[in-house]
Amino acid sequence: QDIEGVGHKYHLELELEDDLDKDTTVNCTAEVLYHLGNKNTAPDVQVTLEGELKSTEEADHMFYTRIRSLEKELVAENIPDSHGHVAPELEPIHLLAWAASGYIIWQNSTENTQLQLAQITQVKQVKRSDEYLQFDYVVLLHDMVSQEIIPWEMTVLWHPRDGVQVTRDSRQPGHPSG
Amino acid sequence: QVDFWRHPTLPGHPADLRVPLPSLQQVKLFLQSHGLSHTVIIEDVQELLDEEQETMLRSRRTKRSSGQFDFGSYHTLDEIHAWMDTLVEAHPGLVSRMEIGRSFEGRPLYVLKFSTGGSARPAIWVDTGIHAREWVTHATGVWTAQQIAEGYGRDPALTAVLDTMDILLEIVTNPDGFAFTHSANRLWRKTRSTHPGSGCVGVDPNRNWAVGFGGAGSSADPCADTFHGPFPHSEPEVKAIVDFIRGHGNVKAVISIHSYSQMLLFPYGYTAAPAPDHLELSHLAKKAVSDLAAVHGTKYTFGSISTTICELHPPPPCLPPTRDGGATVPAVPADPAGGTSIDWAYANGVRYSFSLELRDTGRHGFLLPSSLIIPTATETWPALLDIMLHVLEHPY
Repeated sequence: QDIEGVGHKYHLELELEDDLDKDTTVNCTAEVLYHLGNKNTAPDVQVTLEGELKSTEEADHMFYTRIRSLEKELVAENIPDSHGHVAPELEPIHLLAWAASGYIIWQNSTENTQLQLAQITQVKQVKRSDEYLQFDYVVLLHDMVSQEIIPWEMTVLWHPRDGVQVTRDSRQPGHPSG
Repeated sequence: QVDFWRHPTLPGHPADLRVPLPSLQQVKLFLQSHGLSHTVIIEDVQELLDEEQETMLRSRRTKRSSGQFDFGSYHTLDEIHAWMDTLVEAHPGLVSRMEIGRSFEGRPLYVLKFSTGGSARPAIWVDTGIHAREWVTHATGVWTAQQIAEGYGRDPALTAVLDTMDILLEIVTNPDGFAFTHSANRLWRKTRSTHPGSGCVGVDPNRNWAVGFGGAGSSADPCADTFHGPFPHSEPEVKAIVDFIRGHGNVKAVISIHSYSQMLLFPYGYTAAPAPDHLELSHLAKKAVSDLAAVHGTKYTFGSISTTICELHPPPPCLPPTRDGGATVPAVPADPAGGTSIDWAYANGVRYSFSLELRDTGRHGFLLPSSLIIPTATETWPALLDIMLHVLEHPY
């Protein structure tokens, strides 16, 4: 939909599939408005879920408790590895990066971009005195249009009650052709 | 800085710790000054790791029989070459290996030829691995080669194809790039050619072809991942194929395999105008995609390179998409544009020129788990067979 003077609006109908229970799907609709001209503004997104998402309370609590009780701060590299594998205990760290990079991709999207999370280069947990878990990531985003791999630093906070927050993010100069 | 391999528990019980070299003096002093007795149980951990690597390498080398080759794993360049040897040994009347040139860094460019005889028979060319990071394509190439070798005489459709035509399969089309993805950067795409005046390395081998060279979707910047190179066919990896296909004179189909996006594409990429054979290519693509989906339910979209991209980027200069192609609206754009291998092939008389983009659509992207290699290869096979059969039944 071309809204003169404002931008382009897209109406989407999506089907969400539960990764842990492939038979469960939830429909949702979304409206995305890409603003004319100003490429520094993220598109407006409105989402309506038609149904409910399963509760993740138990898994969230287990992950939270496990990380809080670690003696040494968690450090990991190359998730997934070259063979596409993710160690089971690192899967939540991987999923957290997906959610957080989704925010970054949204903030940096136009009608002509297509960004995907390619890999987590590095993740370091940072212990905090408050109740939040903090992970400092360096992720690699793949830009389908230019085919470039873009390194991006992000600081992610998480708590079972509050969910994901990206408190700091910065695009890194790549080592594009070394 | 110390890494406990056995954590301290109770007084009087031992603890084991790994100490990095720079901290060794400090740690020893600390233990001595606190009266803690200690002994060294492993002098040099790195040595042990090196030994382990060596043992692993040796055990890999001893798996010489092609039947023992693990098709559900990703392999190194050396492992693929070794497996090629065993394949040729096991099927001497059918399979041979040709060297069509050398890469920038001097690696051999190998093509497997499947032939039941004759001379200068019409041939079907398939390449995988033109982009280094697209590991599932090399893996699919390997599986497919095995499938062809073992299927002759068993699979009636394949047998019919091979009784009349040859199949030429280049599995590691960009060996320098592929080696680099193993040794240094898993997400490397290009070749590894160097260029005077630039510190950046590599050319996008799928933008280096002469037709549409320098067009949309390619870059003149040597540091870009879609750098088209200083001139068409500047890359020895590309020139070798150009020379080979021209020299052969009887190649009737070119199928270039990439990942990811789940698409089956045909010319043109460099212009939105439909190719003269658009209708026929489109019908064939539709059938291939349908037969692919029948295996594991994997949905592919299809169409010409340029209109399939344009469906995603409606602003000009794209024309409205033609409605005879595309089962569903593509979710992800494929490699756009000018200087691609299949545009070159088509312009050089190869009517059946296709580009396949294998799994997935972005969830794993280039890092497709090895557990998905065999599902990907098995579903791709009927699509390849459809194209080969069509070529057989429509000689030109």
